[in-house]
Amino acid sequence: MVWLLVLAELLTFGLLFASFAVARRLQPGMFAQGQAELSLSTGVLNTLLLVAGSWAAVRAVRSFEADHRASGGRWLLAALAGAVGFLVVKSHEFLGKVQAGFDWATNTFTLLYTLLTGFHYLHVLVGAIVFAVLWHKARQGAYSQSDHMGPISGAVFWHMVDLLWMVLFSLVYVIR
Amino acid sequence: MRLKREDLIFALLALATLASGWLGEGAALQGQHLGTLATLAVLGLSGIKGAMIALDYMELRHAPAIWRRAVMGWLMVVLGVVALASLVSTG
Repeated sequence: MVWLLVLAELLTFGLLFASFAVARRLQPGMFAQGQAELSLSTGVLNTLLLVAGSWAAVRAVRSFEADHRASGGRWLLAALAGAVGFLVVKSHEFLGKVQAGFDWATNTFTLLYTLLTGFHYLHVLVGAIVFAVLWHKARQGAYSQSDHMGPISGAVFWHMVDLLWMVLFSLVYVIR
Repeated sequence: MRLKREDLIFALLALATLASGWLGEGAALQGQHLGTLATLAVLGLSGIKGAMIALDYMELRHAPAIWRRAVMGWLMVVLGVVALASLVSTG
């Protein structure tokens, strides 16, 4: 079931990525101006937080596979920390933009930037909630070597969020 | 402590991210377009990172071929569209 969700999400974001790339080709000046106001170092930091979360999620699944339940719980907490770290950094970026008078409806760039990063932000938020629930259940001993489908599905969802960001980071923050 | 494959993948993902940041830094600081080679390098790094996440972290390497082809095909098509549009606009 989670794989159908993954494919639907990939297709949706794929359309948004293509829209951003094509719109930038058609309106290079507008996009250059908009992207010049984005912090590359913030994008790098957020990428590192996401991949750290993915790494922790994999380690959590491996721990449950080996029936190391306490270790699995700790790795889920580490994955949650990566997700929360991303949300804090991204919220700071959004807040700074709002305080600087950013309006999502100003032009094509602001619209696509808001759609792409805002939509992705919501997915990270969902991922953080999923990790929090999984961690809580792991502390109650809900997962074992023979029953850890929850952490597997949560990890797959998070890896998809990570995969999407690999394209988003290059497209929006690096290639100008 | 023995280094596991997922640890190595994480290190490679982090290094590739820092490399992308380093490639983009010059253009970002000077307010210029990223050059053609740098653009291709950044997209190549995105492809490598995406493939590692899909094949190793999502475990598609051992999944039915249809799922692996769908995700890897998506990655190649999206990066291809971005490359085409970006290089036309900067070229």
